[in-house]
Amino acid sequence: MIDILQIFLSESFWAASLRIASPLIFGVLGALLCERSGVLNLGIEGIFVVGAMTGWMAVWLGAGLWGGVLAAALAGALFGLLHAILTVPFGLSQHVSGLGITLFATSVASFTYRTALPDVTSPPRIEPFRAMDIPILSDLPFLGPVLFQQTPMTVLALVLVLVVWWVMDRSALGVAIKAVGDNPDAVNAQGLSVVGLRMGAVVAGSALMALGGAFLTMSAFDAFFFGMVNGRGWICIALVIFASWQPGKALLGALLFGMFDALQVRLQTEAGSFIPGQVFLMIPYILSIVALVIAARRADYPRALLTPWRKGQR
Amino acid sequence: MIEIVPRETTRPLLTALIPVIAALAALALAAIPLLAAGAPLLQAYKQMFLGVFGSFFTFTEMLTRATPLIFTGLAAAIAFRAKLWNIGGEGQLYLGALAAVWIGTGMIDGPPALMIPLVLLAGAIAGGLGMLGPAILKLRFGADEVVTSLLLNFIILIFVQMMLEGPFKDPMGLGWPQSEPIIDAAILPGLFERMRLHAGFLLAIGTALITWIITALTVWGLKARAVGENAAAARHAGIGVTRLMLIVAFASGALAGLAGVSEVAGLKGYLTSDLSPGFGYAGIVVAMLARLSPIGVVLAAIYVASVFVGADSMSRAMGVSSFLADLTVSLSLICVLLGGFFAQFRLRFRGAQTP
Repeated sequence: MIDILQIFLSESFWAASLRIASPLIFGVLGALLCERSGVLNLGIEGIFVVGAMTGWMAVWLGAGLWGGVLAAALAGALFGLLHAILTVPFGLSQHVSGLGITLFATSVASFTYRTALPDVTSPPRIEPFRAMDIPILSDLPFLGPVLFQQTPMTVLALVLVLVVWWVMDRSALGVAIKAVGDNPDAVNAQGLSVVGLRMGAVVAGSALMALGGAFLTMSAFDAFFFGMVNGRGWICIALVIFASWQPGKALLGALLFGMFDALQVRLQTEAGSFIPGQVFLMIPYILSIVALVIAARRADYPRALLTPWRKGQR
Repeated sequence: MIEIVPRETTRPLLTALIPVIAALAALALAAIPLLAAGAPLLQAYKQMFLGVFGSFFTFTEMLTRATPLIFTGLAAAIAFRAKLWNIGGEGQLYLGALAAVWIGTGMIDGPPALMIPLVLLAGAIAGGLGMLGPAILKLRFGADEVVTSLLLNFIILIFVQMMLEGPFKDPMGLGWPQSEPIIDAAILPGLFERMRLHAGFLLAIGTALITWIITALTVWGLKARAVGENAAAARHAGIGVTRLMLIVAFASGALAGLAGVSEVAGLKGYLTSDLSPGFGYAGIVVAMLARLSPIGVVLAAIYVASVFVGADSMSRAMGVSSFLADLTVSLSLICVLLGGFFAQFRLRFRGAQTP
C-alpha cells in the first residue's frame, strides 16, 4: 500500500497521467462535437491513424512541427467531410459509414506510408515536440513538472477544452449545434441550416480527432508505426458517453483514464514478476467498458443522435 | 444549389446490381493509388487477375481466403439484420480458435467423426459467448454494443497472447508464442492434393445455406427482421425481443467463432496471435456488400478474397504495397453505401436564380 501512496505523491505519475490523457482529450472533444450535432463518428479510429501519419510525414518532409499539426487537422477534416456527406445530406447509416471511414482512412494512411517509404526496416524518426521550459512556471514545485514541462500539444489540448466549452456553453453557435442534435426540425424552423451545422460540426470534430493521432507521432513518440493507435479512438467513443457530452467532464474522463493507465504501468514494474504483463495491458480496455456500463444508464444521449434529417420529411 | 429528391421509380434490376457496380467502381478507383505508386496500370490489373484466375492453384488459394470471410460476413449479416451492431467479429474469431486449440491439442482424443464436430462446437460456443457479453451489457445496462464489442477485440487478442505465452504455449515451439499443433483427428481435411483449400470451405457454404433457410424461411428469421426494423412494434406484436436479441447475438458470435476454428483447424494447424489479418472487420464489408443476404455473403466474400489474393500477387510482382487490397475493399464499402443512396434518390442541380 505504501508503494501506491508513493506513486500518487510523485510528480512523474501526474505528469505521465496528463501526457497519456492528451491524445484522448483531442479525441473525446472531437467525438463530443460530432455527437452533440447528432452524428456518431465511428471514423475516429481511422482518423487518428490518418492524423498520426500525416502529421509525422509533414514534419518528415520539412513542414515544421506546427505545419505538421495543421496538416494532420486538414487530413482529419477531409475524412470528416466524407463522413459528413455520407451521413448528413445523404442520411446513410452512421454506424456503417463510420466503420467504412475507419477502414478507408487506415488503409489510405498505411498505403501512403508504405508507398513513400517502401524499403525502410526501422521507421524514420523526426525531431518531435520537446517538453516546455517556461521561466519560473516550469520550475514551480510539483505544478512545474506536472503542467509546465509538458509538450506544447498537451497545452493545446487543454486550451481546446476551454475553447470547446466556451463554444458549446457560452456561444450562440453552441446553442445551435446542441439544438441540431436534439431537435433538428426546430432549428430548421428558425431558418438555420441543419445540414450546414451538422456538416460543420463533423468536419471540425474530425480535425480535432486527427490532432489526437498527431500527438502520438509528434509528442508521445517520434515515428509512425502500424497499429500504434491501438483502439484509442474507440476508447474516446466510450469516454464521451462517460462524460455526458460535456467538455469539462470529457477532460476529467480522459484524465482519470490517463491516471489508471499511468498507474498500471507503475504497478506492472512492481508486480510484473508474478502477474503476466498482458493483464495490465488489458486494463485500459476493461476500464473503458466499465466506464461505459456505469454511465450508460443515466446517459442523456443527444435526442437526434443517429437520426438522419431530410428537409420537409419527418 | 444541389437538391436531393427521391426517385419516382426504382429500377429493381439496377438496385440488385448495386453491389456489383460498387465492386467494379472500387476496382476502377484503385487505379488512383496504383498510378500514385507509379505502377503501369494495365499490367497491374492483369497481374491481379492472374493472381486469382491464373491457375487452379491460385483459384483455390482465393477460396481458402474466402472461407473465414464467409463466416465473419454471415456473423455481421445476421446481427446487422436485427440492428445488433456486432463489431467484435475479430475477437470472437480468436475465441473460437482458442477453444478449438484447447479441445483439439490432446485434451480429448478420438476419431475424426468425434473430434471435428467437437472442435467446431467448442469454437462456436466460445465465439457465441463472446458476443453474448456485449448483448447482455446492452440489454441490462444500455451500454452501446458497438463500443463494447470493439473494445473486447483488443481484450481478447491480449488474452490470446497471454495464453500463448502461458498455459497454451507449445514447449516444442522453440520459444515462439504459439500453441501446440492440433491433433490429426481434429484437422479439417484438405480438398485437393497439394492445395491448401480445406473442408472449412464446404462447411462455410453449408452454413451460409442453413443461415439463408433460417433467415428467409422460418419464423425465427422473420421475427429477427421484425425486431431489426422496429423493435417497439415487434414487442407490441408479442415477440420476445430480449430473448431474440440474445439468440441473435449468440448465433452471430458463434459464426465468427467458426471462422477461427476453420482457420486454425483447417489452414494453420496451430494458433498464433496473428491468425487473422482483420477477417472480423472485413466481414462487415462482406455483409454490407451482400446487403445482409446470407447467399450474397458467399459472393461478396469471394470478391473480397479475390481482391486480397490478387493484390498480394500483384504486390509481389510489381512492388506496389499490398495495402492496396485494404484500400480497395474499404472503397467498395463506401461505394456500396453510395450506390444504395443513389438507387433511392437523385441529385437535382438548380441555378441559383430559381427560387
